[in-house]
Amino acid sequence: MKDFKQEKTRVDQADRTIYDVKDRLDPAFLTDSGITAEIVNQISKEKNEPEWMRLFRLKSLNTYKEIPLPSWGPSLDELNMDQIVTYVRPKSTMKAKWSDVPDDIKQTFERLGIPKAEQKSLAGVGAQYDSEVVYHNVRAEVASKGVVYTDIESALTGPYSEMIRKHFMKLVPPSDHKFAALHGAVWSGGSFVYVPAGVTVDIPLQSYFRLNAPGAGQFEHTLIIVEEGAYLHFIEGCSAPRYYVANLHAGCVELYVGKNARLRYSTIENWSKNMYNLNTKRASVEEGGTVEWISGSFGSHISYLYPMSILKGKKARMEFTGITFAGEGQNLDTGAKVLHAAPDTTSHISTKSISRDGGNSTFRSLVTVTENAKGSKSAVSCESLMLDSISRSDTIPVMDISCNQADIGHEAKIGRISESAIFYLMSRGLSEDDARALIVGGFAEPIAKELPLEYAVEMNNLIHLEMKGSIG
Amino acid sequence: MSHSLLEIKDLIVSVEDKIILNGINLTIGSGELHVLMGPNGTGKSTLVSAIMGDPRFQIESGQILLDGKDITEMKADERAKAGVFLSFQVPEEIPGVTLEDFLRTAKGSLEKRPPKILQFKKELKEQMKALDMDPSYAERYLNVGFSGGEKKKTEILQLLMLQPKLALLDETDSGLDVDAVRTVTKGIRAFKNRKNGLFIITHNARILEGLDVDVVHVLEGGKIAYTGGRELISKITQEGFGVLGKEALIHERL
Repeated sequence: MKDFKQEKTRVDQADRTIYDVKDRLDPAFLTDSGITAEIVNQISKEKNEPEWMRLFRLKSLNTYKEIPLPSWGPSLDELNMDQIVTYVRPKSTMKAKWSDVPDDIKQTFERLGIPKAEQKSLAGVGAQYDSEVVYHNVRAEVASKGVVYTDIESALTGPYSEMIRKHFMKLVPPSDHKFAALHGAVWSGGSFVYVPAGVTVDIPLQSYFRLNAPGAGQFEHTLIIVEEGAYLHFIEGCSAPRYYVANLHAGCVELYVGKNARLRYSTIENWSKNMYNLNTKRASVEEGGTVEWISGSFGSHISYLYPMSILKGKKARMEFTGITFAGEGQNLDTGAKVLHAAPDTTSHISTKSISRDGGNSTFRSLVTVTENAKGSKSAVSCESLMLDSISRSDTIPVMDISCNQADIGHEAKIGRISESAIFYLMSRGLSEDDARALIVGGFAEPIAKELPLEYAVEMNNLIHLEMKGSIG
Repeated sequence: MSHSLLEIKDLIVSVEDKIILNGINLTIGSGELHVLMGPNGTGKSTLVSAIMGDPRFQIESGQILLDGKDITEMKADERAKAGVFLSFQVPEEIPGVTLEDFLRTAKGSLEKRPPKILQFKKELKEQMKALDMDPSYAERYLNVGFSGGEKKKTEILQLLMLQPKLALLDETDSGLDVDAVRTVTKGIRAFKNRKNGLFIITHNARILEGLDVDVVHVLEGGKIAYTGGRELISKITQEGFGVLGKEALIHERL
């Protein structure tokens, strides 16, 4: 009898646990189901999309519901999915008001010397008419060379519809991770660029002119195809902070670099400090082609960002140059991934990270070399600068090398600003703040040098602002 | 009597609770060149660093006056603005900041407005030429990959570009070959005028060739043990510090 009783107790306990779990899961389940097939259908209908895209969205939605949140990086517990549900609904009444834009961002705009009208649009409030004009002019200029530069929605229904269907989320499948799936279901806005074989686009194309439409820029999709022997420099984003009501950014960038083509992709992301930036970027590079990534990550509360390059063809190359600046309350997990899948491919990853005021910056890299990638070379270097003793910096380089005829190198340096360097600069009349800013600016210089001048200047201003603690 | 540019009164300086300088009294008049000598480890660098405002050194008591103004409590940048300059024994390397940008920033900070660009560039070019510096160094990151000699020349270049009232040179000649020392000396000569002052730490006389030395101080045991004229230098460089007898050479100069 005694034995039986004990066993019964055990069963009871087990039962209760099951209920507890179910109770805990319920709200999450409701949130997830908040983005419904109906909403997705509605988005698709609003955009007058082809049927395949509608089905693609629905399939992505199912994938989204199946995949759990990632558990290996910074915590996503405070991610407000309710807000996102409301936001993705077409004709959402949830629009940002200028008065809601946080003061620190407004101040930054002023310090960067950006006029009020533009400030509003950078904050995601309202459309930016001046930029629209510039954008149309740029479009006309490149169009004369056969280059297509347009928003992805209109490309979807135009003559490039088939091309988009062939490439859309083929590099980044929705099954990749939860936010890729979410992107597949609710994506909206973004750019489509097609550069025909042999064409060199002399001026950099800038998505800055495109991203300011209401609602764009949150789940935007960028698709760039650079054909054989062509060249393009594409610049995404803007160094002024962007503010949105909903605090999730899950964009997707897919870059197709043809044989002997070259694509340079520069980004400065400076999200408002409530933002979860869960962006996915990937490039595939054919024989002899080159992809160059320049990536600056400022702002956001939490970032997961690791642009990946798939070196598919012989002698394909990638270069990644990145900088991350994590301040108070920020946990920025950034880096790069490369897959060497063909012989004689080369990759060069060089990153810098700065953390201050308790900011947390993690560098992750993944270098994979397949068995057939003989003669491949990879060099990874990351340098971190911590500006005080409460900030954190981590380096997590992963290498998966299946080929013994590959040349792989990794170098990591973590340091602090030396007090003697500050004294040296102060002895020449610089204030302590200016001395620190100069040292940090110098640390970032190898990246700034890769940026177009106006962005380099803005990045420098931004570092000065961050250093003075005037924002965030 | 010349107007006193630097005046140090009963200065006591410690580092990590250890007294290094124990009651320094010293006056440098404008237009004067003083030399500071002394055995290794007696606190010569500590003294010039403390005058510049190095936070590693704690001023326990005493006063530092520049042009009669008390700078004892000032931070290094305020002292620089007041007119103090230190040529470092080991100049810092600042990656990512070119020599030219750095100098322009420094000049702008000291003069409270950015220098006129063309005029600045012209002056920089001329001064670099005078110091036998390759003009390409202007575009290089400050002191990064510079040889010992190039770093010291760069310090003198800064001295000439920034034109302080009081220049403290901490063993600017150490580790330099004969030609480089000569160039540095030439730079010092070009800097020196009747209004400014120089305080030079050195172990040998070469850097002082062709310069009018007004006063030589010898630091020992945390104090100025001897003060004399130029003749002290040759005595010390030939026979060492041991030669200095208590009675022979002291003449307090206040």
